[in-house]
Amino acid sequence: MGDPILEMRRVSKSFFSIKALRNVDLTVYPGEIHALMGENGAGKSTLMKILSGAYRPDPGGEIRIEGKPVRIDGPLGGRAAGISIIYQELSLAPNLSVAENIYLGREISHSGLLARGAMRAGVGPMLERLGADFAPSTLVAHLSMGQRQLVEIARALHARSKILIMDEPTTALSAGESERLFALIRQLRAEGLAIIYISHRMDEVYALGDRVTVLRDGALVGSLDKPQIRADTIVRLMVGREVSSFYKKEHDPQARLGPPVLAAVDITDGRRVKGCSLTVHAGEVVGLAGLIGAGRTELAHLIIGASPKTSGHVELEGRAVTIRTPGEALDAGIAYLTEDRKALGLFLDMSCLDNINLAMLGRDAKLGCMLDRDKARDRANKAFAALGIRAADVGVTAGGLSGGNQQKVLLSRLLATTPKVLILDEPTRGVDVGAKSEIYSIIDNLAKSGTAILVISSDLPEVIGICDRVIVMRAGRIAGEMRRAATSPLSQEDIMALATGMEQLDAS
Amino acid sequence: MPHDNPSPAEAASAAAPRFAAAQETKRQRTRLIIRAAGMLPVLLLLCIGFHLLSDGRFFTGQNLGIVLQQAAVNTVLAAGMTFVILTGGIDLSVGSILAAAAMAGLIVSKFPDLGPLWLPAAVLTGLVIGVINGALIALLRLPPFIVTLGSLTAVRGLARLLGADTTVFNPSIPYAFIGNGSLTLLPGVVSIPWLSVIALLVILGSWLVLRRTVLGVHIYAVGGNESAARLAGIKVWAVLIFVYGVSGLLAGLGGAMQAARLYAANGLQLGQSYELDAITAVILGGTSFVGGIGSIWGTLVGALIIAVLSNGLILTGVSDVWQYVIKGLVIIGAVALDRYRLQGSART
Repeated sequence: MGDPILEMRRVSKSFFSIKALRNVDLTVYPGEIHALMGENGAGKSTLMKILSGAYRPDPGGEIRIEGKPVRIDGPLGGRAAGISIIYQELSLAPNLSVAENIYLGREISHSGLLARGAMRAGVGPMLERLGADFAPSTLVAHLSMGQRQLVEIARALHARSKILIMDEPTTALSAGESERLFALIRQLRAEGLAIIYISHRMDEVYALGDRVTVLRDGALVGSLDKPQIRADTIVRLMVGREVSSFYKKEHDPQARLGPPVLAAVDITDGRRVKGCSLTVHAGEVVGLAGLIGAGRTELAHLIIGASPKTSGHVELEGRAVTIRTPGEALDAGIAYLTEDRKALGLFLDMSCLDNINLAMLGRDAKLGCMLDRDKARDRANKAFAALGIRAADVGVTAGGLSGGNQQKVLLSRLLATTPKVLILDEPTRGVDVGAKSEIYSIIDNLAKSGTAILVISSDLPEVIGICDRVIVMRAGRIAGEMRRAATSPLSQEDIMALATGMEQLDAS
Repeated sequence: MPHDNPSPAEAASAAAPRFAAAQETKRQRTRLIIRAAGMLPVLLLLCIGFHLLSDGRFFTGQNLGIVLQQAAVNTVLAAGMTFVILTGGIDLSVGSILAAAAMAGLIVSKFPDLGPLWLPAAVLTGLVIGVINGALIALLRLPPFIVTLGSLTAVRGLARLLGADTTVFNPSIPYAFIGNGSLTLLPGVVSIPWLSVIALLVILGSWLVLRRTVLGVHIYAVGGNESAARLAGIKVWAVLIFVYGVSGLLAGLGGAMQAARLYAANGLQLGQSYELDAITAVILGGTSFVGGIGSIWGTLVGALIIAVLSNGLILTGVSDVWQYVIKGLVIIGAVALDRYRLQGSART
């Protein structure tokens, strides 16, 4: 396999008395894709920050690049050592052009004047090699997320990096963009780059990983080579226990299918959603699958009144209801969990207590407007216990919690309103494996108690694992629907065929 | 750093993160206390410093009364400004509203039959202008900076228009005691100017609304994350109209306080650049400029710092020109100190 390009030996990092990383050994070879996995808080980001120079490791460890010991100091240290990191939240300036972004901090100038032409010419061949379909002079703001990722990669290559670290690069990408990114990553591997690929998603690790290293509680718990990479092995390493039934599904809606609760009839917004109708029964978990951009989130927003409908209406338990704002939806009994909990869901500076109680404050109020603080504390404590939210106290700010716990706090706010209909938009995005499994059992319990649940998810194994029925959207329309039956479980292939429009090709 | 269902074997390793979590809360709490105390140490240091520099003339009953009285109007304006800045907005028009409200009040006070109604007239004038500001911001979705910059100018013009650009006097204005009288607590020993009593009541009222009512939580929520607030069912438009309405109403109250103190109002001069002192008090008080973080107590401390600074510089005989320079530098220095102390824990 040749000489390793990166060797980390006994690298530790403590914050005050807490060890975030304990004696981690990591070896990465040129021309390999090394997947790094672990639950949130396992130490992946600490490890990355050491490699980028944001953190200084504790004394005693050693980092070698191409056999030579290096010290990585400050954010420029990582670049200088040949390491580039592409963060989940991309770090491009949207108001500058592609070329300016790639040259950011190393601009070419002739006697003090910016040489835009030379910069554009300088990045042209690089972009071409990466298969870019946009010009170096394009503003980054006009690019899609996939194209922006490509700019980040170009910037890393332009800095002559030999090690590329990617942190959950597909989070914001559509399926097609992800495929193109994978192809590009394989191309870079063939060119001899070492790639450290951090992901929660098992299918990506299968598709890409030459080796998988798993971290848990700051320690390295195992490295697997290609033939040994198996989902159950990885999950066991990550959580430290056998995962017998990952997807909890104990209720059986077929046994006693409740009456229809939510019916959306011919919903249209004139842009992204074109005449969609769907029905969800009491105690039923319905999946809403489709590619990114198919209009699923937009449909949910129309149902709850977050954006205006041009036609169509919503029925609740058989009666038409007028819903013009999310507040009216909540009052009617329809709760919506947003896909973007940080930007659209939580109040990160506010306590878990306030976050959980927010939707109920008005109903609880004494004298019409005064806060009932005992009731609020009581509800928050109950929610912590019921959903297993792990934080020291209900008073801590929501921003300090891990993704899984944040999601549970947000879910608690919705459940406090005792909704008849729960619309969950990507309920397990950015959530670690353990919390994922817990959220599945929460969904299962809610369905058992008669809540009608609509789950929007791009994670097909999840859709198949937890849903009784799957509705597939394509380009703003309902493309089809399939029901789970005892004899024929739902299949990923069927859903993908509907989502991409392949079934039409088959039929013709 | 939470973990999921630790088995007995894992209990040992899970204890460390749990300990860490407990420590983290403790640290968070200390941070909260520091934030709440905020600028209080700076205020005390200033007081002690001026006391020493002025040969013991600062901590006298009479001088403290003057400081409190001087702080009163700005405290009232800054309380309203706190509501607005907590939602991530700004209200530049409070100085002009104060002038317009004082003018309206004095004009009403000169009508023989309506005289006593001048006080509600002034406050109502402020409320109406504030609600118009709020409606433009909430319903037309215009940026607060631009709307209130516009009304800063327009309302100033209105104030001059009201008195036909002259000074309006009324030596026998009703309720003049609120401007110049004092509430006697212990006869001959302790008395508090009525202006300060009003300011304190405004602070208490603001605290009650911000911390004990549903509306208060909604104000913090809108400032913390407006889109999330909208999705959570909060009527963001109503919250915005409320905060600009409160800011206008309190500016109107400030105008009434000034009118009662001066027995007169001038649309051109009254309340010039008061908005800057009010904003300064709020920022000194540790309220985040992007909204969602802050407290009314901090604002009170901020307003007192500004008053102590003005008073102390006069006591120590610093020339008027240098007072400006020193005041400006102290403000920048105090906020820099605050940010340094809270580094990493807060957004600005």
